This record gives sequence, C-alpha cells and structure tokens, in this order.
Amino acid sequence: MSLDKATVAKIAHLARIKLPEEDQAAMADELSKILSFVEQLAEVDTTDVEPMTSVAAQKLRWRPDQVDDGGIPEKVLANAPEAVSGFFAVPKVVE
Amino acid sequence: MTELLGLTLAEARDRLAGGEFTSVELTEAYLRAMEAGRSLNAFITETPEKALDMAKASDERRRRGEAGPLEGLPIAIKDLFCTEGVLTTAASHILDGFKPPYESTVTANLWRDGAVMLGKLNMDEFAMGSANVTSYYGSVRNPWRRKNSEAALVPGGSSGGSAAAVAARLALAATGTDTGGSIRQPASFCGIAGIKPTYGRCSRWGIIAFASSLDQAGPMARTVRDAAIMLRSMCGFDPKDSTSVDIPVPDFEAALTGDVRGLRVGIPKEYRVDGMPEEIERLWRQGVDWLKAAGAEIVDISLPHTKYALPTYYIVAPAEASSNLARYDGVRYGLRVPGKSLIEMYENTRAEGFGREVKRRIMIGTYVLSAGYYDAYYLKAQKVRSLIARDFTNAYERCDVILAPTTPSTAFAIGEKQDDPIAMYLNDVFTVPASLAGLPAMSVPAGVGDDGLPLGLQLIGRPFDEETVLKVAEVIERAAEFKALPPGAV
Repeated sequence: MSLDKATVAKIAHLARIKLPEEDQAAMADELSKILSFVEQLAEVDTTDVEPMTSVAAQKLRWRPDQVDDGGIPEKVLANAPEAVSGFFAVPKVVE
Repeated sequence: MTELLGLTLAEARDRLAGGEFTSVELTEAYLRAMEAGRSLNAFITETPEKALDMAKASDERRRRGEAGPLEGLPIAIKDLFCTEGVLTTAASHILDGFKPPYESTVTANLWRDGAVMLGKLNMDEFAMGSANVTSYYGSVRNPWRRKNSEAALVPGGSSGGSAAAVAARLALAATGTDTGGSIRQPASFCGIAGIKPTYGRCSRWGIIAFASSLDQAGPMARTVRDAAIMLRSMCGFDPKDSTSVDIPVPDFEAALTGDVRGLRVGIPKEYRVDGMPEEIERLWRQGVDWLKAAGAEIVDISLPHTKYALPTYYIVAPAEASSNLARYDGVRYGLRVPGKSLIEMYENTRAEGFGREVKRRIMIGTYVLSAGYYDAYYLKAQKVRSLIARDFTNAYERCDVILAPTTPSTAFAIGEKQDDPIAMYLNDVFTVPASLAGLPAMSVPAGVGDDGLPLGLQLIGRPFDEETVLKVAEVIERAAEFKALPPGAV
C-alpha cells in the first residue's frame, strides 16, 4: 500500500498531530515503507484462527463497585499546564 | 571506592549484611561513578540527595534488624517508571516537567525491599527504538568500543541508559522494560544480563504505557544471579493492574542450581536467518556445546511463523501505542503549545511534543485501526499473533527451554540504520516472537564478536517458568566465563 499526501494529512488529523504540508511527502514515503513491510501477513492462512486478544489466559477479575481512591484534586491538578478553580482549563470551546 | 564498584549486587548484598561497609559508603561510591560517567548520557535525572537519604534510612533499618532482600543496594530506574515527586519523562518532550504524584508498583516493591535510587535513566522516547537515539534528552553512548576504534556506539534500546549504566558500573543494577526486546537487545549490546519475565509477572501500574499487551518490566544486571535477586523483588500480584497474575513469586536465586542434566533445549531452525553473520552462528553453536557438556539434551524444533513476528509486531504495537498516547493532549500534564482552538492546541502540542519515530508509530497505529483497514491489518495481525503463540506451545511439547541468539549483530555506531525504519526494526528479529507470545526470555553475555564487542545468547521459557530460563542462563554464563569489561569500568 502506498499512501498519498492527502491520506497522510487525514491520518495526521485523526491522530491530532499537526503535519505541515512540506513534511507530508516524506511521512507518506516512510509510512508506505512500513505498510508494505507488514503486508506480507496477507500470505498467512488464518482461516479459522481466533485473534489473540489476551496474553495471559485469564479472565479479568471482578472487584466490588466501591470508591477506593480520590479526594486529592490538588494532586490530580498539580501537573496541569493550566488549572482554574479545581478544574483542568482548556481554550474556549463554546462561543 | 574502586573495590566497591567491582562487586556484583549479590556480593554487595552479602558484604553489607556482614557489616563490611554501609549503604551510605556504597551509595557515595556510586554517586561519584555516576558523576564521572556523565559523558555516556545514561541518566536523564540524577537524584543524589534522595539516594543519600534512602541510604541513611537503609543503614538505620539494618541497625534495627529490619533489613530487606535488597537492603542498601543502589540501583537506577528507567525513566518510564513513575517515581513520586521525581521528574518522569519517558524521554519525551511532551512530558516536560511531569512529577508523578504516585509511585509505580515495581519501584515501590524495590524500595519496600530496601533498594536505594540513584536516578532516572535515559531511554528511547516512549520506549520506541532499538538504539537509544530517539530520546529527547540525546543519544546514550555504549561504554564499549570496537577494537582499534573510537567511534561512539549505540547501547541498544529502548532500555539503553539502563544497559549503559550497568555495564559502565554507574549502578549496581537497573530496571528496564521490554515490549519487543527492549531489555534483551541492549543487554546483549552492553555485555550484561537482562530478563523479561512472563507477561503478568510484573505489575504495569505506574509504568508509562507503550503497547499494553506487550509491555513488561524486568531487571538488567551484571550477572544472572543479580538479575534473579532483583526480579524477585520486582514481581508480585497487584490488583491495580488487571493483567497482573495472582500466583506466588518463587525464590529465583534458589533456582540457580547449575544442574541442567536431562533438560531438553530446543534449537529453532527458523532463527537461522538469511545473511546472519558467521560470528552469531558460531556463538549459538558454542552455546549448544556448553549445554550439551553440562548434560542437557539438544532438540531441533520448528517455530514456523517466526518470519511473520516482526510485521505482526509493527501492527499490534503501534496500534496500542496510538491509543495509549492519545492521553498526551496538553491538558492534564506536560507540554502545552497554544492554538486558536482546542483541536489546534492538541495538534500543536503533539506535533512539538512527540519525536519523529513516535509520530510515525502513532500514525501507523491510527491508520491500521481506522475504518476500512481494521480487519485487513489489525485483526489479521491478532490472528497471526495467535499462530506465533501456538508455535511456542507446540514446541514446548518437545523441549523445556529454547536457545537462540539475542541480536543479529553486535552494537552499531550512532547514526547507522537511521535512514530506513525497517533496518532499525530488524534488530528485534530474535526478541519479538517471545514478546508476542508473552513468554519469559533472557539475554546472557556469552562472548565477543570479531570487533571485540559483547554478544548475548537468549533463553526463552514456558509461561511462568523464569526459573528454568535463569538456571540455563547461569550455566551458559559460567561456561562463557565472560569477564570482559568496557574501557574505564572497574
């Protein structure tokens, strides 16, 4: 699979990474190389093979649905680039 | 001081217990070594004050008769482990200034057992790389040099700072993490021992996530015994990690009996790859001879899907990474680059905060998970992953442990293999299959290549059978009598 610039621009937007137009061709080339490398999987017969979704063969554990953490808003916000009145703050989204 | 740095972790433990020196004395020796070794760029953050405080507290505990299994031993931590109140970066610009308000389970276990933290180690950004050249904080230098050459070599990656620090005697041992070979490959390149335990042995809680179904922590140390001692402290059930396995942690050191008589060692024919250098092939044969001489039985086995492990990995790992790294958005921690809207702020932050390799992998992951491509790439890779795991299950009907090379070459120069991502990915050709199957695997120093650089052999075990892996590795270590040291190390 060879990706074109438009597709790369779309992926970059989906991934929320700004990719200036002048970098798109080089990135398209690198991603295409990786994709053609991984495409050799197409030759493997996977009929009736279940996808591997868990490494350790175990069921996810259950726990009681009760609060066991919290009450530390200042710790939670300590690393925020911007925090206001106990909340994370972001640029205005609603006019 | 020099004499203290020459001790292994096991020796230092025993002599601390014998009262020959204190943890403060040992820690001070390492702090001087850490400072003298700065040209390697192995550390991102040095924590000398914390180290001395911890060493004093350790000596105090010992006086009270409360010494733990790692009491007073100075070690260093890969900067992927969250350490409370201490800068934790994953070697990425995007985590600028991040000081976790909590401690990872693995590091908490090490401190519980008495270990002393010297600092946080350099690595590939978000553990993505095989040469430690993708760090925002600069490349790590391998303490080793080629014969008759001063060229700066890579330490391997992603746990390159860990490997370089241990090889150069800047720490008694270090933590690493392994997603596709990130403990074993740098261990091989730097002439030290490193084990990735079975997936589920070490809690992933508080370790910055790269690919959650593959990430495992493990120790990197000078000897197999040292690795066994560290591993015991790092492991253990943790309810905070849903994939942590609730089984008892064995005394791994006790497994080092030296007795491998009758053990069946599998030699996978598919690991004899095209263009494999003669020296790798020779070392592998040498490993076979050592184990035969020790009474093990050698069995030829087949892992037919080996060649598909790398392409499978380079779908599964980026897919998981693209999801895990979605959290870095300039809102809750780290870097924020302003933008006119919220979306533009995200895009600007991630463009500036992530390095090139990380962006590449996030974009590959985004693509293979996107509508219309999910089945062709991601689902297909998950199915092939099942086949790779099944290969191992079948092989373990005929053998107890697998012997293979760790890497297809010795360490290369900084700057090599930079132009083509695939050439870099091929470094992990022998380590990725065990990662995909979640198996315990270890690299042990076994010899030097024609260029005078260290080379490791790899042991891959059955799930939760780290004991056999360690036992066989120690037999190879003894037979190899690997005593070579990088220039300048004592």
